[in-house]
Amino acid sequence: MRHLLSMADLDRAEILRILDTAVTMHEVQHREVKKLPTLRGRTIINFFFEDSTRTRSSFELAGKWMSADTINLTGKGTSVSKGESLRDTVRTIDAMGVDMMVIRHMASGAPAQIAQWTGCSIVNAGDGTHEHPSQALLDAYTMRARLGDLEGRHVAIVGDLTHSRVLRSNLLCLRSLGARVTLVAPPTLMPSGIGPWSDTDGFATSYELDDVLPSVDAVMMLRVQRERMGGGFFPTAREYAVTYGLTTARLRRLPEHAVICHPGPMNRGLEISGDAADAAQSLVLDQVSAGVAVRMSILYHLLAGEGSDQ
Amino acid sequence: MSPSRDQVPDTSADTSASSGRVVLTSAEIARALRRIAHEILETNKGAHGLVLLGIPTRGVALAQRLARAIHEVEGHDVPAGSLDVTMYRDDLRAQPVRQVEPTQLPPEGIEGAVVVLVDDVLYSGRTVRAALDALSDYGRPRAVRLAVLVDRGHRELPVRADHVGKNLPTAKTERVSVRLAEVDDRDEVRIMPAGAEGER
Repeated sequence: MRHLLSMADLDRAEILRILDTAVTMHEVQHREVKKLPTLRGRTIINFFFEDSTRTRSSFELAGKWMSADTINLTGKGTSVSKGESLRDTVRTIDAMGVDMMVIRHMASGAPAQIAQWTGCSIVNAGDGTHEHPSQALLDAYTMRARLGDLEGRHVAIVGDLTHSRVLRSNLLCLRSLGARVTLVAPPTLMPSGIGPWSDTDGFATSYELDDVLPSVDAVMMLRVQRERMGGGFFPTAREYAVTYGLTTARLRRLPEHAVICHPGPMNRGLEISGDAADAAQSLVLDQVSAGVAVRMSILYHLLAGEGSDQ
Repeated sequence: MSPSRDQVPDTSADTSASSGRVVLTSAEIARALRRIAHEILETNKGAHGLVLLGIPTRGVALAQRLARAIHEVEGHDVPAGSLDVTMYRDDLRAQPVRQVEPTQLPPEGIEGAVVVLVDDVLYSGRTVRAALDALSDYGRPRAVRLAVLVDRGHRELPVRADHVGKNLPTAKTERVSVRLAEVDDRDEVRIMPAGAEGER
């Protein structure tokens, strides 16, 4: 494994290896000396062309706790804002001798393109509306920690599916792990062309959240991405909250053992109510905590082995 | 790093199980462990403050057996755990990515304890070096000792075991295969000639 660009690159065994290593990494996170010497002398650039709090800080912490040198760059304040092309920028950084670039970019496919331009390992930390593999892995980790094996478990992914990169990665990851998946969204936010995909990959779609909730083991609420919307996807925020939000009333329809995930940042009162976000079933903070451990595991699997420095 | 550890537990194909020569039988392994248990107690003047930490995979099973043996002798429970050293190895980049095993320390920790590291084969000494580094991230034991089932020589670092089940002179090309019932199908130590089945 050299890059992590898409969940489609990982088979079930590789996913399980990353999740199992993350269990050990989680233990490091809770001990007094949060430092492993494993990636000493390795250099990781976190290149974030888009805003991010948790992904960037958790990749940075993951690198530091494994003794790699990490540097954060943003689109603003770099030569990108002076008009340099993406290709020139990343080739410049690559020429300095870095081992890995963690890329967040607003254009779908940017990390895959960068992987062809440079010689270092590339991790996709979210590209446009395409994929966000490390998020899918940490979601799977968090659900497994609470529910056990995900084989045969029913997971509903609800909300703004059209603009979501978390959706595609999670769908691929959950299917590889054997979970049953139902996608729920208003017709305007259900990706066009989902029909043939759901037939080949074996997942269900629905417009009715209330029908799906009673049978789920986990419900994943996706953020309504207002910054990617030109408007017109739903009449009002209030109507969306009532029909597709995880309201206090819907919380009661969930089976007792079911868990609630949200990749964050949350729009409280829109896709998820305050009660649901803070409920005992909510794994939102567990997800953040797992984020660092899972990213340490990703760095380990990409950078620690044979041939990783060629 | 001891080549025996690289062997996947389920390579118990008949070819590799029957090749080579048995150097320790099940009874001899049991006897050696009983003696090591006595030695540990003698050096420590009793079981007080002892913590046994096995290095995965087979060291963990050996640590548990030693804890049972010590309990039989002294009637005193000695905590036995595991210490994974993968993240501290100096040869990670020379091999495919290794899977990490869990580290389980006793709840009371290792601060001020006498830690006995337990492993199946002592070879280059690099695993032990990694284990010493790993230990220092968990606390400061009063003393660290080393118990191994087999010492096959060829040290690359200044490391010496305090308790040895059997000193086994080997050629570097030979391979020592340790099997334990907890991990494999039986208790047995074999020495395989160069180029034997399963050699990496």
